[in-house]
Amino acid sequence: MDFILSLITFLPLLGALIIALFVPGSDPDSSENAKRVSLVTSIIVFLLSLVMFSGFDKNSSDFQFIEEFLWLGFFNYKLGVDGISVVLILLTTSMMPLVFLSSWTTQKRVKEYLIAFLILETLMVGVFVSLDIFLFYVFFEAGLIPMFLIIGIWGGKERVFASFKFFLYTLLGSILMLIAMIVIWDISGTTDITRLLKYEFESEPFYILGFYIPSGIQTFLWLGFFASFAVKLPMFPVHTWLPDAHVQAPTSGSVLLAAILLKMGGYGFIRFSIPMFYEASLYFQDFIFILSVIAIIYTSLIALVQTDMKKLIAYSSVAHMGFVTIGLFSFNQQGIDGAIFQMVSHGLISAALFLVVGVVYERTHTREIQAFGGLVNRMPNYAMVFMVLTLANVGLPGTSGFVGEFLSLLGAFKVSPVYAIFGAVGVILSACYGLLLYKRIMLGELIKENLKRIDDLSLREKFCLYPLVLLIITFGIYPKPILETYGATVADYVLKFN
Amino acid sequence: MSENFKFITPELFLVVFNLCFLVAMLFVKSQAILSNSNKISAVALLTTALLVYSNPVDSDPIINGFYTSNEFTAFFKILILLLSSVILYLSDAYLKKNNLLKYEYPVLINFSVFGMMIVISSNDLMTLYLGIEIQSLSLYIIAAYRRDNLKSTEAGLKYFILGALSSGLLLYGISLVYGSTGSTQFHIIYNSIMYTERMLGLQIGMVFLLSAIAFKFAAFPFHMWTPDVYDGSPTPVTAFMAIVPKLAVGAMLAKVLFDVFGGISDKWQMVLVFLSGGSMIIGALGAIAQTNIKRLVGYSSIGHVGFALMGLAAVSPEGLSGFIIYLFLYSIMMLGIFAFILNMEKEGVLVADIYLLAQYSENRPGASFAFSLLLFSLAGIPPLAGFICKLYVMMAIINSGLMYLALVGAIVSVIGAFYYLRIVYIIYFSESRGNLDAKIPAGHLLILFLSSAAIVIGTYNLLGVEPLTRLAAESLLY
Repeated sequence: MDFILSLITFLPLLGALIIALFVPGSDPDSSENAKRVSLVTSIIVFLLSLVMFSGFDKNSSDFQFIEEFLWLGFFNYKLGVDGISVVLILLTTSMMPLVFLSSWTTQKRVKEYLIAFLILETLMVGVFVSLDIFLFYVFFEAGLIPMFLIIGIWGGKERVFASFKFFLYTLLGSILMLIAMIVIWDISGTTDITRLLKYEFESEPFYILGFYIPSGIQTFLWLGFFASFAVKLPMFPVHTWLPDAHVQAPTSGSVLLAAILLKMGGYGFIRFSIPMFYEASLYFQDFIFILSVIAIIYTSLIALVQTDMKKLIAYSSVAHMGFVTIGLFSFNQQGIDGAIFQMVSHGLISAALFLVVGVVYERTHTREIQAFGGLVNRMPNYAMVFMVLTLANVGLPGTSGFVGEFLSLLGAFKVSPVYAIFGAVGVILSACYGLLLYKRIMLGELIKENLKRIDDLSLREKFCLYPLVLLIITFGIYPKPILETYGATVADYVLKFN
Repeated sequence: MSENFKFITPELFLVVFNLCFLVAMLFVKSQAILSNSNKISAVALLTTALLVYSNPVDSDPIINGFYTSNEFTAFFKILILLLSSVILYLSDAYLKKNNLLKYEYPVLINFSVFGMMIVISSNDLMTLYLGIEIQSLSLYIIAAYRRDNLKSTEAGLKYFILGALSSGLLLYGISLVYGSTGSTQFHIIYNSIMYTERMLGLQIGMVFLLSAIAFKFAAFPFHMWTPDVYDGSPTPVTAFMAIVPKLAVGAMLAKVLFDVFGGISDKWQMVLVFLSGGSMIIGALGAIAQTNIKRLVGYSSIGHVGFALMGLAAVSPEGLSGFIIYLFLYSIMMLGIFAFILNMEKEGVLVADIYLLAQYSENRPGASFAFSLLLFSLAGIPPLAGFICKLYVMMAIINSGLMYLALVGAIVSVIGAFYYLRIVYIIYFSESRGNLDAKIPAGHLLILFLSSAAIVIGTYNLLGVEPLTRLAAESLLY
C-alpha cells in the first residue's frame, strides 16, 4: 500500500510500454489487441484509485499516502494526496476507460494513438499527486508533448496551426511559472509543497524603479503562477487557444482537454497561488473577478453565434471555468467548495458533450450545426442523453452543474454582490446557447437526406455516455460524496486565511 | 622533470601514435589499413581515454607551472576523447560513400583532439595559445576537406580568416595581461591581480581574451561564422565541430575566468551576461527562418552556448557545475542529432532540407521517435534531460540575483520550442512525402537510440555525472 500513488501514476506508462514492445505490427488484429491492453490498463488504474480512495481519511486535511525518495538532491520525488487532489485523480482515472472506449473506431496509427493517451494519463495523474514544485512542473509541462502530437497527428484540417498555438501559448505561460518556482526555491530553500504551504512569503510593499509594488515579492510570484494557470484554465483574454485546439483535436483528445487538462489550471490556483501568496491573491481578487465575469458573459455571447458544435462547447467551457475562478477567489468555504465541485462537474459534463458531438461526427463527418436537424426522430436515446447534458450545462437544479455554479456564486456574493449578479447573467446566457443548439440539432423535421439513415447510439457509445449521465444526475441530487471528500481540506485553508 | 612525464603520458601517447600513423600511411599503400583508418584512430583515442583515466591527479600545477592535471581536466579530456572516437566511427560510412576516404582525416581529427587536450590542461597563457592553434589549424583543414566543393572551400577559408583574427585578439590580450601582471602563468596572474594597481591594461587584456574565446565558442557577437561553416563543411566535420571543440573551449573559458581572473569576477560578470543573453536571442531568432538542418543546428548551437554561459555568469560553484552539466548533456544530445542527420539521404545524396523529412515517421517510426525525443529535449521540455540542465543554470543565475537573464532564457525557450517543434511537425504531420530512402546503418541507429535513451534516463540521475561535475568544479575553484 505504500506505493499506491506511484502505482496509479506509472501503471499507464507500463501499459504504453507493453503496447510498444509486445504488440507488433499495425494490422487490424494487433490494433484490436492494443486497444484491449489500453482499456484493461485504464480500468485497473481506475480500480486502484478506488482502492486508494477507500483508504483515504476524509476527516483529515493533511496529505496522505506520502511517498518520498531522493531525486536530484535539490528536488525530490514526493507524492501525496489531500481531499482536493483525490477528487481530481478519481475524475482522471474514471475518464480514461471512457476515452479508450470512445476511440475504439480509430483507424489511423492506432498503437501510437493509444500510447500517447496512456502516457498522457500518467502525466495528468502525476500533476495531481506531486508534492514537489519541480516534480509538479515536470508533469505539468511534459503533458504538452503527447497532447501536441494527439492534436497534430490525429486532428482535423487545421490541426497544425492549432497544435502549435496550443503548445506555444501553454509553454510561454508555464515557463514564467518555472522562473517563479526557482525564485521560491531561492527564497525558501525548499521545493517541498507541504513545507511551502507553511512558509510565509514576504508581502511587505516596496518600490522598484519608481513603481509601487503592493504585496512585495508575493506579487511577482503570484503573477508568474498566474501566467501559467490562466493560460491553462483558460481565462479571458488568453483563452483563444482553446477553441482552436478543441475543434481540431480528435474526440477523445477534446474529452481529455476539457475534462482534465483545464482542471490543472484551477488545481494550480488552489494548490499554489491562493494558499502560498494569500496577500497577493487578496490584492488581485478584483482583477480575477473582472476577468472571470468578462469570460462568463463575453464567451457565452460568442458561443451564441458559433456554427461549429465543438467550438460552441469550447466557448461554453471557457465560460464555465469563469465560475471556477470566481469561486476560488472568494476565499470562503462555499466559494471554494463550489469551485472545486464545478471543476468535477464540468469535467463530467463537457467530456460527455464532446463525446456526444463525436457520436454524430463519426456518422456524418461534419460538426456544422446547419448540417443537422430533427435528429430526435431517428435517435431517441441520443436525444435523451443530449437533453440531460444540455440542461446540466445550463445548470439546471438536479444536475451537478447547478451545485457548482450555485455554490460559486454564493461564495462570490458574500464578497461582492455585483460580480455575483453579473456571473448569474452568464447562467441565463448559457441557457440561450445551450437550448438553441439543442433545438437546431435535435428538434424539427428530419429533412436532410443523409440523416435519414442515421443510427441511434450503439452499445459501445451507451457504455461511454450512460455512466456519465448517471453521475451527473447523482451528484446533482446528492453532492455530498464529493463535497465531504475535500470539505476538511478546504475548511483548513479557509481557517488559515482568516 | 622526468617524474612529471607521468602526467602527460596520454598526450604523448596520442601525438606519438598520430605521427607514427601519418608516417606509416605515407609508405604503406595498403587498402585494408586505409579503409580501417578511422576505426584504428578511434581505438587510439579510446586508449588515450583509458590512459587519462588512470593518470594521477595533482591539485598543483606541474611541469614548471605550465600544465595541470586534476579532476576538471580529466573529466573534460575523457569526454572529448570518447565523443571524438564515436564521431570518427560515425564519419566512416559517410566518407566511404562519398569517396572521401583519406588517412589524413583521422590524423587531423586526432591532432585537433590533441590540441584540445593541451588547451584543457594548460596552466599558462602561452600553452593555451599553442593548444588552440593546434586544434584550430586542424579544423581549418578538415572544414575544407571537400576541396572540389565550392561551399566547403568557402567554409574552410572563412573559418580560417576569422579564426586567425581571433588568434590575433587572443595574443594581444595575452600580451596586455602579461604587461600588467608580469607573468603568463595562471596561478601567478591570479595572485598578482589581488595586488596590482594597473587594472586598466589588465581589464582590456581580459576583454580581448574573452572575445577571442567567445569567437571559438561561437557566442554572440562573434557568432557570424557558425552557420556558414556548419553548412559548408562536410557533415561529419560539422558534427565534430558542433560537439567536441565546444567542450574544449568551454573548459578553457571556465578555466580562464575562474583560474586567471577569479579575483575580478565582478568585472567579467557583465561581459558574460551580455554574451549569454545575446547568444540566446540570436540563436533563437536566427534559427526560425532556417530550412537547412545544418544551419539550423548552427543557430541552435549558438542559443545553447548562451544557455551554458548563463551558468558561468552566475559566478558560483552551482553555476559552474551547471555549465559543465549543460555542455555534457548538450554534446550527448548533439551526438544523436548528428547520427540522424548523417543519414538524411535521398537517392544516395546527402540532403539537408528539413522539408524533405516529411512523413519520415511512416518509413522509420523508431528513428523518427528517437530523433523527435532529442528535439524535445533540446527545446527543454520536461522531463527530458535537456530541461534538467536548463533548470540547473537558471537556478544558479537566479540564485546570484540576475533575474532578467533567466527571463530572457525563458522567453527564448518558447521561441526555440517553435523551430524544434517544426521539425517534429514535418516528420509526423506533414501532408506531402519527402521520400528519404537511406538505410540507416545499425551502428548509427544504435548511437541515435543510446543518445535518446540517455536523455530519458538522464532525467533520473543525470547519468551519474553530477557528482563528477561538482568535483570538477571544486578542483577548478579551490
